[in-house]
Amino acid sequence: MSDTVTVTINGNKYSAAKGEYVLQVARRHGIRIPTLCDHQNVEPYGACRLCIVEATSGGRTRIVTSCLYPAEEGLIIETDSPRVVRNRKMLLDLLYARCSENRVIKELAAEYGLEKPSFDPEYWTTEDCVVCGLCCRVCEQVVGVSAISLVNRGITKGPAAPYLESAQACIGCGSCYYACPTGAIRMEDKNGYRYIYNWNIKYKLQKCKVCGIEWAPVKQLEYIRKKWNLPEDFFDVCPNDR
Amino acid sequence: MKDQINAIIKKYDSDKSQLVSILQDIQSVYNYLPRSALDKVSKKMNVPRSQVYALSTFFRAFSLKERGKHIVHVCLGTACHVRGGELILDSLERQLDIKNGETTKDKNFTLESVNCMGCCATGPVVKIDEEYFGHMTNDKVEPMLNKYRGKQ
Amino acid sequence: MPRKLTSADDLKSLQTRLAKSLDSGKPRISVCNGTACRPYGSNPVVEAFRATIENKGLQDRIDFKVTGCHGFCERGPIAVIEPGNIFYQKVKPEDVAEIIEKTALNNKIIDRLLFEEPSTKTRATSQASLSFYKGQSRVILGNNLKIDPTNIEDYIAIGGYSALSKALFQYQPSDIIEIVKKSGLRGRGGGGFPTGRKWESCRNAHGDIKYVIVNADEGDPGAYANEGLLTGNPHSVLEGLIIGAFAIGSHQGFIYVRNEYPLALKNITAAMEQAEKLGLLGKNILGSGFDFQVRVNRGGGAFICGESTALMASLEGKVGEPRAKYIHTVERGLWDRPSDLNNVETWANIPLIINNGPEWFNKIGSPSNTGTKIFSLTGKVNNTGLVEVPMGIKLRDIIFDIGGGIRGGKKFKAVQTGGPSGGCLPESLLDLPVDYDTLIKAGSMMGSGGMIVMDENNCMVDVARYFLSFLEEESCGKCVPCREGILRMRQLLNEITEGEGKESDLALLEEVCQCLKDSSLCQLGGSAPNPVLSTLKYFRDEYEEHIKLKKCRAGVCKALITFSIIEEKCPGCGQCVKACPSGAITFLGKRKPVLLDQSKCIKCRTCFDICKMGAVKIE
Repeated sequence: MSDTVTVTINGNKYSAAKGEYVLQVARRHGIRIPTLCDHQNVEPYGACRLCIVEATSGGRTRIVTSCLYPAEEGLIIETDSPRVVRNRKMLLDLLYARCSENRVIKELAAEYGLEKPSFDPEYWTTEDCVVCGLCCRVCEQVVGVSAISLVNRGITKGPAAPYLESAQACIGCGSCYYACPTGAIRMEDKNGYRYIYNWNIKYKLQKCKVCGIEWAPVKQLEYIRKKWNLPEDFFDVCPNDR
Repeated sequence: MKDQINAIIKKYDSDKSQLVSILQDIQSVYNYLPRSALDKVSKKMNVPRSQVYALSTFFRAFSLKERGKHIVHVCLGTACHVRGGELILDSLERQLDIKNGETTKDKNFTLESVNCMGCCATGPVVKIDEEYFGHMTNDKVEPMLNKYRGKQ
Repeated sequence: MPRKLTSADDLKSLQTRLAKSLDSGKPRISVCNGTACRPYGSNPVVEAFRATIENKGLQDRIDFKVTGCHGFCERGPIAVIEPGNIFYQKVKPEDVAEIIEKTALNNKIIDRLLFEEPSTKTRATSQASLSFYKGQSRVILGNNLKIDPTNIEDYIAIGGYSALSKALFQYQPSDIIEIVKKSGLRGRGGGGFPTGRKWESCRNAHGDIKYVIVNADEGDPGAYANEGLLTGNPHSVLEGLIIGAFAIGSHQGFIYVRNEYPLALKNITAAMEQAEKLGLLGKNILGSGFDFQVRVNRGGGAFICGESTALMASLEGKVGEPRAKYIHTVERGLWDRPSDLNNVETWANIPLIINNGPEWFNKIGSPSNTGTKIFSLTGKVNNTGLVEVPMGIKLRDIIFDIGGGIRGGKKFKAVQTGGPSGGCLPESLLDLPVDYDTLIKAGSMMGSGGMIVMDENNCMVDVARYFLSFLEEESCGKCVPCREGILRMRQLLNEITEGEGKESDLALLEEVCQCLKDSSLCQLGGSAPNPVLSTLKYFRDEYEEHIKLKKCRAGVCKALITFSIIEEKCPGCGQCVKACPSGAITFLGKRKPVLLDQSKCIKCRTCFDICKMGAVKIE
């Protein structure tokens, strides 16, 4: 079949669909490649660079991000060559200096032998966000409301609500919170309201008419109800009691 | 303002791919990007506010803050740097009592650095509105500003 | 405006007619009013010529042209008078009446307006005999002198659009691609990829809708070669673009002009309108049946938008974030369609290659680096401006022959090419031929043509820091290595220039550099290490001096220098006292040396620059 190709990963041969991304092929076979900005429900973005591998094709070897590199016949991949490991270590070193107290980053950095960042402690920051863009990408591609976006450029680039105020288009679904790989989104349900602090969101929670649990933001349910043309009282009862 | 914005959007056939051009035209009219203008664009063209906001913060040409009557562009390109361009910026910051990117209290001047205007032979270069000043030295800064201060 | 041209013959007749009137025998005065001449006051000179010619009723006796860049920007405003190719420089409005009366009408030379060669102290009359121009090969830029860029008729009079006519009626698209391949033309934007091959891949790519794009974003600070070309001869670029579109099979083109080039934008827009009116652009070009439209877009002040995928994102109305190029843009580019993007200068070469043939092009330059390259030669040379030289010429020849050597009698230290993605080359490499491959091997690159000369008063560590600051501001911020790595490198360099550098800093710097080279998403990050690595390679001792000795030998890094008064040289004139912005200098009376208070000194260099007696010392 002309649509299947054979690729070699770490010395072993595997079948792949032509054009399938190397990261997917690797995962299917249980080969672990670290990622931060990858998520199964959105298009690959290639921002964190952690998924880099060494790819040899047509006599040429180069470092590529496996999340976006298409499989082709005869492709040879090394996921943990010295060159790859060296680069990943520096990438994590850089992230560590930025997120010097973040648990996820610290763990990843430790895996690559970093006890502390190599850079001057005077310049360490305590960010949690690694600007992987998943919150914005999920909001746009999965939820479809594009309430937030990556704003500014360079070191100040980051996800934000328009004008850094309350994100008007947000429905409070929390997809951003669930997608974030480093726990940078602060969300909690408290006193009948859902708070997503990063986007200055405070939305009333729907109370179940049967069990009384406050289970989802009203705004989110309204959005779903309108989108799928559901009856007015569809969400009056929570899923547990339906 | 609504008519003005609609006219600009119409000029570009409401084409979403022309968003950057649309924002540039808006800035040409108002000297910055007023928030209400951006909201109108978002609404009229059915583009998420977050996307319009992202564009206006990404491109250095755009200002979300009101700018001064006269825009002072100081070039920090390599050729100008090699001839002391940064010292001219320092001098301007001192004379105007503002930092790069800011506007004077009397709203007369906005100071913006630019990364190359294409007059490299005459560096260091400063451009105020449409007028170019070449071979700048610190002592030329005050007389140059005075031209635009309403006194000679 | 003549009527629409609907055949090759139409164009030929118009061209013949216009060429005749060009050859009228009238004296012609060409004055440059390009961007680089404006700070010198070229506009008042142009106005003076216009007014004087009108007042004296000389419109029918003198052909006055307002042109784009003549190249010798250092000596602007410039007026060239034919017959005689007489080159006047540093022209002032007060000189205008004399030039018209003496030179244009009576063939007499005004000596004081001629350029004096510093080496021989003689004044050359004709432009072609100036040392600045002798070593050049101005096959592209030479035309700037002959045309008013806002008038399409001038371009047609010198043979403009005949290459397009030839392409449309005498060749098949595949023939044109073969010609471009044979010419050996390589991308002039810096990458140096063979243009013919790029066009061929785009032509062969899957899909009916294809795009051609002119990259006029020229973001490299210090490079303005594209500006001079686009402003001075927009039609040359447009003609090349239409030919390329025909060859590739594209019917929609885009020209992406840097926001900071208002004059270039104005001229290319006007050029397109005029071309369309004449039937050279739009539907059924010259009656050939070929349709082609062009849209002009402005940049938004983002250097990253010079990168092809970021440029395309911007054209799509998105932020200028690059994307992976594992699938080339000639396969999937703008809106995921096959797109061919080329630099302004690349496009401008096309009409020449079609008109003169690829063999002609091959004779210029060297075997795998054919043709000419336009450089913006700036910095510490005497003769700054836009130079066009055959590929393979030595750096030394450009800097010392054409460039006239280092100004102020100082010593050459380094030449920077390729902008923030390039590197600094030392004196030992001055005999290197200037071509794509040699420059890359040496640790720099061609880039879009910026060539900045530095002398003993430029600090190489400061240069590296400067480029990293630039890139820090311009990084789109998408990928970790570039966003975080450039910041850390710049912080390290700041420490070194402020006297806080440690021995371990250099090794760490090199490690970060390697990570950026390997894992960056695009070449902004990928080439960001070049200024650092090249200065480390060739000027390591300066770095070590900054770290170990806390010394800046060039006298640039503020934290490492002190200003002082050389008492024997100070006549007590008080100029520096007035000029000092922080009141650090005290006047002690006439004929007494002034007193400089170190605690108030902000190291702004004003006193150093203003002192005519050389009485200020920097150490």
